[in-house]
Amino acid sequence: MEASTREAYGKTLVELGGENENIVVLDADLSRSTMTRLFATKFPHRFFDCGIAEQNMMGIAAGLAASGKTAFASTFAIFASGRCFDQVRMSIAQPLLNVKIVATHGGVTVGEDGFSHHSIEDIALMCSLPGFTIIVPADAIETAQAVRAAAENYGPFYIRLCRPRSPLVYGDDYRFEIGKAATLKSGDDATIIATGLMVSLALEAARRLKGEGIDCRVLSMPTIKPIDEDAIIKAAKETGAIVTCEEHLEHGGLGSTVARVVAKHRPVPMSFLALKDKYTSSGKPNELLASHGLTVDGIEEAMRHLLDRKRA
Amino acid sequence: MPPQKSDPLQEGDAASASANISAEALSSQKALSIDEMMVMAKTLRRHIITMTAKAGSGHPGGSLSSVEIITALYFNVMRHNPRNPNWPDRDRFVLSKGHAAPLLYAALAEAGYLPIEELETLREYGSRLQGHTDRTKTPGVEMSAGALGQGLSFAIGISLAARLDSKDYRVYVLLGDGECDEGQVWEAAMACAHFKLDNLTAIVDRNRQQIDGWTKDVMNTEPLEEKWHSFGWQTIKVDGHNLSQILNALDEAKQIKGKPTIIIAYTTKGKGVSFMENNPDFHGNAPTAREAEKALEELC
Repeated sequence: MEASTREAYGKTLVELGGENENIVVLDADLSRSTMTRLFATKFPHRFFDCGIAEQNMMGIAAGLAASGKTAFASTFAIFASGRCFDQVRMSIAQPLLNVKIVATHGGVTVGEDGFSHHSIEDIALMCSLPGFTIIVPADAIETAQAVRAAAENYGPFYIRLCRPRSPLVYGDDYRFEIGKAATLKSGDDATIIATGLMVSLALEAARRLKGEGIDCRVLSMPTIKPIDEDAIIKAAKETGAIVTCEEHLEHGGLGSTVARVVAKHRPVPMSFLALKDKYTSSGKPNELLASHGLTVDGIEEAMRHLLDRKRA
Repeated sequence: MPPQKSDPLQEGDAASASANISAEALSSQKALSIDEMMVMAKTLRRHIITMTAKAGSGHPGGSLSSVEIITALYFNVMRHNPRNPNWPDRDRFVLSKGHAAPLLYAALAEAGYLPIEELETLREYGSRLQGHTDRTKTPGVEMSAGALGQGLSFAIGISLAARLDSKDYRVYVLLGDGECDEGQVWEAAMACAHFKLDNLTAIVDRNRQQIDGWTKDVMNTEPLEEKWHSFGWQTIKVDGHNLSQILNALDEAKQIKGKPTIIIAYTTKGKGVSFMENNPDFHGNAPTAREAEKALEELC
């Protein structure tokens, strides 16, 4: 079953808006795509379309937050992170204001729009800001809970959503917690740690590997910062090898963050599935992911190589 | 659904609300007369010289040019309370040209937000008085600034919050004229008019200089008044060192409904010290001990 993370965001905003009068929402002329339009229709006086001016939008969000509001600001991930990095740094991050940047259209699965719209550096950029919490939900169920958690916890958040509908990986009984990994499959031969859209691929790869007699643990890592160090250290100790998988450059994303924890606490062989260090091009989402090896086959292959290194 | 933690700067709010003190009682600031403000302006200028000389760095030029504007706001026009810097009904002052921090600190100290002696700690390690304003460190500072062009956007958020909360506080923003080179200023200018923010007044310190020289040579912003006007603003031109003109303009701005007002205040960079006036060397350089001594003699 598939569902849209963006739609889950829009619907959750409407719920939150009904519960809390202090919730305000800003967008930069993309409310039909980010789905903040759902909130705008219900609560027009608490919605501010800032036009195509992301820098100004972040400043306005900061000013609203400094006046006691919980401000959600949305646009595409490429614009939310890079275009107004200094505004986010100066006006939101350093003063630790209560702004929730919910960025849609993350990664390359935006597809045909091409490199100008492919957000491949945003996690690195946002993780570099002290004080920010960075969340990349794996599906619509997690998105709804993460958005709610952001509203209920003080401080700046960056939540990265994607354009396509994505497979549901969690059941209705799932409970998202900020900074906690979710073990979606147990196993002791090695661990796959994935985030966002890659979680469903990781689960499928683990299912196939099981058929070959390789029993992989699968950790979904929705919170990139602060990362769940305990789950990573435990996986390193108990399985002795880790593959990370993300729709982001290898530099500064999930893999780098996990590697830092592993290197500090329990060095084990690791393998990194991520976007290659180059700019992307137009294409269908699956073609683009495949061109970077971000496929079920790619994860399986990486795991087989990694296990060879583990045994060596 | 209360947040688990909260903005430390908002913590005073609940206390003041529960105390049920009237706005007049909370706003302890007595409005100074023009004569008293002229004395205050000189005092602030002396502080700027002393502070930057002691620190050995800082931005005296653009601090000296804004003195009368800040004096009028903090000692006559604004409703604020140094004993409760986070009073929810206070008028807000956003210093967008964050390098004029020495002036703002001097005004905050004279108003009672900070001990006067603390001014000596400007730019020192561990001081609450950072090189550029830091909202998290200094009582009375609304915004972390220093990267130019961002204050007007921040002020829009505060202004919209007043509308949402049915509060009658006003929002004042001080911009530099060189700062108007930044594109974000114009994004914000457009938005202020679009949102019809008549509770917001911007003031641009038109000292006509920036680091590399005269603004007309570095990046010509003229016709500045026409630009703001065409962006949907009411514009008022004043002599930025004439307190009566500043007070009248700020009062006029309060009466204008349905759109924001900008006061273009023509000033002299380094105003009040002969050898600093119109001298770009003093944009970002502190006076030496000897220069400071000379400056203070002029400011007796």
